[in-house]
Amino acid sequence: MTDAYLALLGKDLRVELRTLRSLPAMALFAVTVFVVFRFGLDRTGLEGELAAGVLVVTLLFAGILAINRLFVAERDEGGFELVRLAPLDRTVLYAAKASALLLYLIALELIAVPVFALFFLDSAAALPPLIPVLLLADLGLALIGTLISTIATMSSARDLLAPLILLPLLVPLVIATAGAAEPVLRAGGPEYERFGTWLAVLGLYDGVFALVGYAVFDFLLED
Amino acid sequence: MDPVLALSEAEGYVAGAYLAFAALLLIYLAIMAAKLARIQRELRELAESTGAPQPPKPKRKAGRASRAQRREVEAARREAQR
Amino acid sequence: MSTPSLRTLALAAATLLVGGYALAFFYAPIEAEGFIQKIFYLHVPLAVVALLGFILAAVHSIRHLRSGDGVHDARSYVSIHISVVFAVGALATGALWAKGQWGVWWEWREPTLVSFLIVFLLYATYYPLRYSIEDRDRQARYASVFAITAGAFVPLNFLAVRLADPFIHPRTFSSAGGLPGEMLLAFLVCLAGMALLWATLVWFELASKAASGDLAKLRRALLPSEQPPPAPRRAVAPAGVSAMSTDLGDGAGGRS
Repeated sequence: MTDAYLALLGKDLRVELRTLRSLPAMALFAVTVFVVFRFGLDRTGLEGELAAGVLVVTLLFAGILAINRLFVAERDEGGFELVRLAPLDRTVLYAAKASALLLYLIALELIAVPVFALFFLDSAAALPPLIPVLLLADLGLALIGTLISTIATMSSARDLLAPLILLPLLVPLVIATAGAAEPVLRAGGPEYERFGTWLAVLGLYDGVFALVGYAVFDFLLED
Repeated sequence: MDPVLALSEAEGYVAGAYLAFAALLLIYLAIMAAKLARIQRELRELAESTGAPQPPKPKRKAGRASRAQRREVEAARREAQR
Repeated sequence: MSTPSLRTLALAAATLLVGGYALAFFYAPIEAEGFIQKIFYLHVPLAVVALLGFILAAVHSIRHLRSGDGVHDARSYVSIHISVVFAVGALATGALWAKGQWGVWWEWREPTLVSFLIVFLLYATYYPLRYSIEDRDRQARYASVFAITAGAFVPLNFLAVRLADPFIHPRTFSSAGGLPGEMLLAFLVCLAGMALLWATLVWFELASKAASGDLAKLRRALLPSEQPPPAPRRAVAPAGVSAMSTDLGDGAGGRS
């Protein structure tokens, strides 16, 4: 089973590296949105709640770009049929796709977060504490994003439907991520208010949707 | 904000809330009634086109026509039994 | 169709609701918040029953995926439909309560209102999802996956929204804890009545869908050459709807 997982994951990553379909667009989108925020909010420095909000929302929308395109190859080139015919547990496809999405999100953040600090923050001291927060958030986004992307792929209104369903589902994630990031991004230096609580909420969210995704993904590919 | 409002204003909002609930319920029932009417109409059309005995029309307006129809159906039934 | 069961359910719901609101207005005392607090007996039962309805829909969906029987999909669909209607009611009464008590039509610091808005926005996407999938079986399966995911989401959402406001708003709506005896009784009766109302409406709508489905089957059987009648505006028929006509006698339309 691990062989199949690694094979599927490797295939996705190799395709992405070769064609660079999603990553550059996501990174560029994030940076452009930061610029839009600079003008929309009419501020050149951000801290606390505003910084947390701008960062989380931008990463969220860039992530949704990736989610929309997650199954494009499968849909266009018959990848789903291949997986259905192969003698493997379909949940492996879920795990592989979610892992790929997670890696894309991490790659996105490796670019977007330093740029954010460059544009809006006084010091980079806030960045290390953000790492666990963003990792857990990425995991949740990847788990739920893969599930919803699969649902949307099979429907006719896919581009519109995926964000529409995703955004309410991601609200707890946004609350927890922004809640943890806000004290960390304060002007005087990172503070930790209820940091553990928010990490716990993120962990719970990830755990619940990992279980749900694992349980229901099979039924999406039946035919 | 003073939480203890003058009684008349508070009563207005309470009444509004209960009325909103009642309106929601009644609108829902009206939609369901329309669906039921459509089902009844389609049943009648189906019965007509297959030549089956007419189901009795709804008794809302017990006009002369429906009473006459019912008498006809009963007469036909009595005839069939003989 | 065993109408006696539906009739009993409806009568029980009516009795409990009328009794509950009579208790609320004539028996329960007026507290410090004033008369406006009476909306509590309407708003909170609507909200609680809507949420329980969403979770029940998830349970129906689990049964649907496990058995493949379309009956459960129909129950899930209707449960979500009625719960969405109740959620609209909860939002409307919540807004009126906020206006009456605090002078604003919306209050971001009231976790129940905000959680409800998010839940409502999520379940509102159920319909575009269903309409966008042509194949009936796949539509039902995907809808079930959605209902299960959304059902798991509801408690998480409430937890997160509640945590978002570090200070519990001093004059919160849903302080059902520490209610004096008379208010608690009135509240419980209203809650029970609202739950039975939900069950009655679900059962009613399931029966209507079954009748539609049976009618369509009858039409196809009797008039095979005929053009199908113009499709109703809501062309979504949950798979297995017609199989329900034999199923209505078991009293399982609502909460178990």
